[in-house]
Amino acid sequence: MEDVQIVQKPQGIEGEGFFATKLGDVIGLARANSLWPLPFATSCCGIEFMATMGANYDLARFGMERMSFSPRQADLLMVMGTIAKKMGPILRQVYEQMTEPKWVIAVGACASSGGIFDSYSVLQGIDKVIPVDVYVPGCPPRPEQIIDGIMKIQDLVKDESLRRRYTQEYKTLLESYKIS
Amino acid sequence: MDKESLLNAIESQFPGLISNPAEPHGMLTLEIPVNQLIPLVQFLKNDERANFVFLTDLCGVHYPSKAEKEFAVVYHLHNLEANYRLRLKVFVGRENLDVPTLSDIYSAANWMERETFDFYGINFTGHPNLTRILNMDDMTYHPMRKEYPMEDATRTDKDDRFFGRDGHEGVTFDQNKQIAKQNG
Amino acid sequence: MNTTPQIFANDSIDGELATLNLGPTHPATHGIFQNVLKMDGERIISAEQTVGYIHRAFEKIAERRPYNQITPLTDRLNYCSSPINNLGWDMTVEKLIGIEVPKRVDYMRVIIMELARISDHLVCNSVIGVDTGALTGFTYMFQERELIYDIFEGVCGARLTTNIGRIGGFERDFSADVFKRIQTFLKEFPKRFNEFGNLLSRNRIFMDRVIGAGPISGDRALNYGFTGPNLRAAGVDYDVRVMNPYSSYQDFDFLVPVGEGGDTFDRFMVRQEEINQSLSIIRQALDKMPAGDYHADVPEFYLPPKKDVYQSMEALIYHFKIIMGEMKIPEGEVYFSVEGGNGELGYYLISDGGRTPYRLHFRRPCFIYYQAYPEMIKGSLLSDAILTMSSMNVIAGELDA
Repeated sequence: MEDVQIVQKPQGIEGEGFFATKLGDVIGLARANSLWPLPFATSCCGIEFMATMGANYDLARFGMERMSFSPRQADLLMVMGTIAKKMGPILRQVYEQMTEPKWVIAVGACASSGGIFDSYSVLQGIDKVIPVDVYVPGCPPRPEQIIDGIMKIQDLVKDESLRRRYTQEYKTLLESYKIS
Repeated sequence: MDKESLLNAIESQFPGLISNPAEPHGMLTLEIPVNQLIPLVQFLKNDERANFVFLTDLCGVHYPSKAEKEFAVVYHLHNLEANYRLRLKVFVGRENLDVPTLSDIYSAANWMERETFDFYGINFTGHPNLTRILNMDDMTYHPMRKEYPMEDATRTDKDDRFFGRDGHEGVTFDQNKQIAKQNG
Repeated sequence: MNTTPQIFANDSIDGELATLNLGPTHPATHGIFQNVLKMDGERIISAEQTVGYIHRAFEKIAERRPYNQITPLTDRLNYCSSPINNLGWDMTVEKLIGIEVPKRVDYMRVIIMELARISDHLVCNSVIGVDTGALTGFTYMFQERELIYDIFEGVCGARLTTNIGRIGGFERDFSADVFKRIQTFLKEFPKRFNEFGNLLSRNRIFMDRVIGAGPISGDRALNYGFTGPNLRAAGVDYDVRVMNPYSSYQDFDFLVPVGEGGDTFDRFMVRQEEINQSLSIIRQALDKMPAGDYHADVPEFYLPPKKDVYQSMEALIYHFKIIMGEMKIPEGEVYFSVEGGNGELGYYLISDGGRTPYRLHFRRPCFIYYQAYPEMIKGSLLSDAILTMSSMNVIAGELDA
């Protein structure tokens, strides 16, 4: 039991009954541990996600107890499975309906790059239509790998600057995908 | 039921229709002309000597090397009580792709014919809703035909030369891109 | 004061019909397919379906892959029970080539296929529970599926998309650990499965919800090409394992459960009983497991052991040819079907003697019976339509291929 990591407090000034720290750190910590995912499960990776959600691997430990199927209330878009070209516009619509800040995780080889389906009807990676934050390779990835991807998202969320969504860099990124 | 009794029953109703019955791997396979398809299938379904109540499968095949018989539609029928399976094939050429629909006889044929139309372009006359089912509605070509490549030639992240192929069956890399541009 | 409640009959209050878009992304449709419903209040007048949102062009890909590389493709058809798809494909190729496998291979295949069937039915029944609001059963049964995944991992190394089996047999014999896990599973699982059954099958709320939801008669089901538990729930006892036995299923003694009305409750109960029957088959297979080889003696199609490849010339050449896909497949056409989790999964294979199939068509049960969905939900309430869809066990991978 030596390798148990205790969560580090953010850096700050402590005193009797108060703790002062940067707003960004607190918000980041709160966001990272209470993400509301939108499971966009299309195929086989979706079944591995259901196993990850189950009691054995338990995604609820990471604060993701409540799956939000409405994009308006979701923070994290988890795209799990093959996205065909027919599905691309719908994926884009769901992404656009999500409110900022939002993150995208592409679970599985098909979502990352088209997977084994190098065919005329499959979108070769969802980053052709929406910007992606974390890619989880695998066909399908084991639940441990999906959890690893989630933890990387949590790191991204925790360290993100509060002003990132208003920067020119982010706007250019969205424009490159023609998302207004 | 066995091969002899079935062939006799068909012969009694449609004399001279079956010229060369084949039996690859134990399944009786009959090739019939397109205009006899509906009468024969109705007979096979309703007559008690045949009693093929179940349509197992319906698919198309493309034989680009055969001139007048380029596209085949293959039907698998099953007599559940006698446990006898039958395969029927009709052939059509590229100019006249009309095959009558079986969706009035077997409701299962509805989507299977739409899929065959989507993949090969075979026109099932009398079908209630013959539109594309699996591919996108605005696709302009029928992808399962042998002349079209499997890969999407407009993809930008993979270079065909590194995959050891320069296109599909004699079509070069550049011609491949042209076909994709024409077809959208 | 007028105290009798006003009952609005089927005519709506103001005569307007609403169009509701159910899907393609919807929490209750497990898989992506779209239904555009025309509704009169809560009642469904008609439905129009759009499928193909996950069309991956399996049949086109299969024309360009050597025979042993098509097994991973078949995995992704009905991914809840992928071993059945894999082994069905192996058996199709064996029928085309004319290979006969040893009895031990048949029994091993039966065990794996029945485990896959159990895992598929567990998903479907748990999800019927979830759609009626009973999420607990889902969490319990997914724990059990982890045990099945552990068994698959011991056999082939993967949990979900297993690529299990080879043309001619298995890639390795079942280890002692795998046999121990199967024995433990057979001992522990029935108790917990009965708990799950007790939660739902005699639960008044559940029964009131699902009885009468989405019925279909046996005749209409046959006309629509239904197979599998959906057809058996409608009263027709067609099971490919009994009608055209393959892989020594004729040696096993099992019942085929049949329902009456073809509604959601019947489909649920048929699947429950099929899980019990699968457990019985696995028990019989374990008890009667014959000794012998775990693969047929077909060096042209089955990889030789690696140590021989380094020492013997023939083994080296066979290894090279099999890996490069230059197997000598005879010309011909064959149709072979297995009883998948959803019904008759058929493979229609036309070979022209080349290294890849000339035409491979999958007879996908989901695709064929999903056509009947508008007829099944016509006139029912929206909540019943959701239940009907989840009880039909429509797997998107098998629907679109």
